[in-house]
Amino acid sequence: MSYTKRVDGRKSFTELRPITAKAGVIARADGSAYFKIGNTAAYAAVYGPRELHPRNKQIPTRGLLRCDYVMMPFSGMGDRVRPGPNRRAKEISMVTQKALDPVLDLQDYPNAVVDVFICLPETDAGSRCAGICAASIALADAGVPMKDLICAVSTGQVGDKVVVDLDYAEEAYSDGPVSDIPVAMIPSTGELTLLQMDGEISKKDLMEALKLVKESMNEIYEVQKNALKDKYPAGGDDDE
Amino acid sequence: MSESRKHITEYLKKGLRLDGRKLDEFREVSVEYGVSKNAEGSARVKIGGTEVIAGVKLNIGTPYSDRPDEGTLMVGVELYPLASPEFEAGPPSIDSIELARVVDRGIREAGAIDNKALCIEKGEKIWIVSVDICPINDEGNLFDAAGLAAIAAIMDAKFPKVEKDGTVNYKERTKTPLPIKKRPIPITVWRIGNDLIVDPINEEEKSTDARLTIASLSDGVICALQKGGDATLTVEDVDKMTDLAIAKAKDLRSKLGGKSK
Repeated sequence: MSYTKRVDGRKSFTELRPITAKAGVIARADGSAYFKIGNTAAYAAVYGPRELHPRNKQIPTRGLLRCDYVMMPFSGMGDRVRPGPNRRAKEISMVTQKALDPVLDLQDYPNAVVDVFICLPETDAGSRCAGICAASIALADAGVPMKDLICAVSTGQVGDKVVVDLDYAEEAYSDGPVSDIPVAMIPSTGELTLLQMDGEISKKDLMEALKLVKESMNEIYEVQKNALKDKYPAGGDDDE
Repeated sequence: MSESRKHITEYLKKGLRLDGRKLDEFREVSVEYGVSKNAEGSARVKIGGTEVIAGVKLNIGTPYSDRPDEGTLMVGVELYPLASPEFEAGPPSIDSIELARVVDRGIREAGAIDNKALCIEKGEKIWIVSVDICPINDEGNLFDAAGLAAIAAIMDAKFPKVEKDGTVNYKERTKTPLPIKKRPIPITVWRIGNDLIVDPINEEEKSTDARLTIASLSDGVICALQKGGDATLTVEDVDKMTDLAIAKAKDLRSKLGGKSK
């Protein structure tokens, strides 16, 4: 059976859910952001560069990026998410760190750490990507030296169609194969910094998905840049 | 005495706070409902720059054997390091445990929710009400923000649909609210030297000698107390603090809007 119409009524298979983003939402943090796509929302706060404890983790030649992803206990449908570390959150924290690190330049901060905390109050699939988008804006807001932002969104296959930005209903599609492929990208070079998948997809469709998702990244990039421009209307001449 | 404390005390002598408020004056308070769609109830509370989100989850479970016909309530607080440079990652700190227990007691001991009405089948099936409070930004007075957010989220909650076979359909929500009997509001009064203040900012919290959290109901009945801080309180202090807390609870109660009774 053919997947003809998106479950949530989106008009095309590449249409993203509505996105909002804001920089500077947590005053206590050195940098922060809110990023919402559909019903998936993420807060990100950046603290640092600051001294890294324990000291045996310090790197004498550069600063370290550390990421922590957490779903609020009431953020998912059905059961409460038990607080405390779990395998899923730990893995996502790790891939988030690796998704963001390639654009950061922490050479001027030996022995220091930049902490990124991502918290999701509401999730409807695509939460790691939303967290990465928020974190990237928050890092820029904190003034951490960066070559570019990082954009992230999922792509994949639902039934016989290659789609971008799957929501939970699409991930749960039962009339055909489904694959979910979270992707993060450096928009200026097109390089991938996050690539995961579960489900099944042909190689041809995978390459098609990666081609389609690249176009969506530009849309996300604009929203992220606008969030920063709204907070810093001077356009980068502001030292603080 | 720290410089910050000296500064605060000098101001208090003139009847003023660091940010220009009077001693018994709250910052602006706002309550917003329905901020997280997957939670059965949710609310965002802002007190000045302090922001917290609270969410309610409703699950079916088995009752405790000594209370076979009663549902259960649990209140948790997650002090994510997102919200303040002073919060650390890792297991719950004593601060978050105290905060959660004070809010929990305020709601539980007031009998805010009719536990018997949460029983589905005696000895077998009950509703478990989980309230989780997550600060987004801590600029002081998390106690009162957390307490207000918890009751607001409880007021916002609606039961999910239960199918004929007994399974819960979380995609569909009924119009039935939680069986709320009372709406306790905790207010914390802080003593710095001989002065009593409410709604402290971070610097004031650090300069505090003692605090008393007083949860009260709309008729002024007190339903939970918690003393904190290293210094002592006199009975006269408690007298004044209680009057102040009950008066302020009335103000905050009005922020719950049309849903409040």
